[in-house]
Amino acid sequence: MAPLLSVRGLKVHFPISKGFWGRDIRHVKAVDGIDFDIAPGESMALVGESGCGKSTLGAAVLGMQIPTAGTISFAGEEVRHGERQTRIRLSRDIQTVFQDPVSALNPKMSVGDSIAEPLAIHGVGDAKSRTERVAELLSLVGLHPQHAERRPNAFSGGQRQRIVIARALALQPKLLILDEPVSALDVSIRSQILNLLLDLQRRFGLSYLFISHDLSVVRHFADRVAVMYLGKLVETGPTEAVFARPIHPYTEALLSAVPLPDPIAQRARRRIILTGDLPSPANPPVGCSFVTRCPLAEEICRREPPPLVKVGVQEQAACHVRASRLNDEENFG
Amino acid sequence: MSGPVLNVSDLSVSIRGNTVVDGVSLAIGAGEILSLVGESGCGKSMTAFAVMGLLPKVAKIDRGRVELGGSDLVSISEERRRLRRGAELAMIFQEPVASLNPLMPIGRQIEESLIIHRGVSSREAKAAAIDMLAEVGIPEPQLRYRQYPFELSGGMCQRAMIAMALICRPKLLIADEPTTALDVTIQAQILELMKRLRDETGTAILLITHDMGVVADMADRVAVMYSGRIVEEAPVETIFASQRHPYTRLLLSTIPRLDGQAKTELPVIEGTVPDIGSWPAGCRFNPRCPVAGDRCLSELPVLAPRPDTGRAACWHSDRVEALI
Repeated sequence: MAPLLSVRGLKVHFPISKGFWGRDIRHVKAVDGIDFDIAPGESMALVGESGCGKSTLGAAVLGMQIPTAGTISFAGEEVRHGERQTRIRLSRDIQTVFQDPVSALNPKMSVGDSIAEPLAIHGVGDAKSRTERVAELLSLVGLHPQHAERRPNAFSGGQRQRIVIARALALQPKLLILDEPVSALDVSIRSQILNLLLDLQRRFGLSYLFISHDLSVVRHFADRVAVMYLGKLVETGPTEAVFARPIHPYTEALLSAVPLPDPIAQRARRRIILTGDLPSPANPPVGCSFVTRCPLAEEICRREPPPLVKVGVQEQAACHVRASRLNDEENFG
Repeated sequence: MSGPVLNVSDLSVSIRGNTVVDGVSLAIGAGEILSLVGESGCGKSMTAFAVMGLLPKVAKIDRGRVELGGSDLVSISEERRRLRRGAELAMIFQEPVASLNPLMPIGRQIEESLIIHRGVSSREAKAAAIDMLAEVGIPEPQLRYRQYPFELSGGMCQRAMIAMALICRPKLLIADEPTTALDVTIQAQILELMKRLRDETGTAILLITHDMGVVADMADRVAVMYSGRIVEEAPVETIFASQRHPYTRLLLSTIPRLDGQAKTELPVIEGTVPDIGSWPAGCRFNPRCPVAGDRCLSELPVLAPRPDTGRAACWHSDRVEALI
């Protein structure tokens, strides 16, 4: 099946200081050469720690961030972010749900008006048909259609996230970018929202780009996972495979750092505790970006950045020590 | 061992007449980690602030006792309480960067309580602060001693907070969501550090969190709060193995597991946490409870011993295991 979204060689660099003549001389390489595809109806999770560039990548796909280099194609057509027409068309097909439902809704607008706003902007239907559509969307996300008249402050955090999801679905998009959609919600509410998102995906064949740092949610939710570190993908593959057999030492450490909600299993497991912090993306290490914290680092890792190579039928990893050798031995290429 | 380090009995706190903590009793022994678990608005942070004597002005303690090392903290003067805070009990918060003074070098913030409470000379205090920075795993402690919070990462600031809290070797450390704002690899470092310091100093820890993974990793005992009350309390292995309150059982079942079946429908807790000031009559969990009966609508359940060990507050605790 042709991919719905196809990202090739994507770079987003931000200038942080200027030279004497106003030329940019240093950059934060927030996204630094990333390739991936998302198929129709598929969900791909993007995981990594704060500052790894996962939200910038999401913003670039949305068209809210102009890439420095590389291409983004949607439904086979290259997206040119500078063009207003493209952005408008794109916003029908790609919608987003952010972490904080409180700041995502205008407190002075009724939730019905908020949900109808994308329809009005795109000139879909008349006022009456929009009201009907709002009622339909509200019941789709498990709220009463009568609640359309209320303001956001009449709703709890979980209900507001349902409203945000209803608004995102108003234009019948094909791809939703979910940026930490349950992180700000109470624990007892999270499973309600995750169930809703899975149900909507099944019913409408939606594709999801799911940005999260919560690995147990990712494991439950996503078909494929891509692990980011300092602007680069270090490992990708089907979620089951990556979680069962992580290749990259960063993925391995990340997975082992998530405490399991089971005291006996948690206290029995071998954990890899990384030393140090994430290096500054303005001044990344020369070779492999993970070299400063890697327990396996060798000489070559300090010199050359490792390429992302095949380490299984669908798995890829970027590690000189593990992946490149595995690739040479088994020849997945 | 001589009695618990912290003994809270029948503590109630209200904000502008609305009860937020309602008859909470708990005890922590030396070197023990008690995890207080619950969702926003359940009263877990207010319980911690009441213990610290740091309640916001609008909140007041209506009744109850908070004893630290056998002597009461509620009835003493603010002046006396201030002398004990920092020396005998200390607290770390969720936002390490926001909890530090941005205009004061890290080292001076760490040694401050040592100078105030122990009356040591500034040279001794400096040496102790540098030792403490090294002990919490901050590289180049001499350099860091002189630096300001903005020059340190979030994980590093949380280490500095821990150094500040523990420099007087308090009997009790209250940690309110200490790793929620940190990335998981940094969280693992901080949790490891807290356990090591607990083993070395015997400090009792009251750990407030909503992350069941952190609870499973750290706690010796767990107390679950809902709408101002402790609804269940037991040793960590016991409470994860069997629950006698439906809220505990549902809460644990809604979390996706790393070893579970992916993409299946997760169990849910219907409805939402009731707002403070509009708690339902009877058991406060009754509108969301699948096993609620008539008695739950009118009578507040008492925290009674579980058949094995621990306590639970449910009129129908024998029906809980059959849920899900």
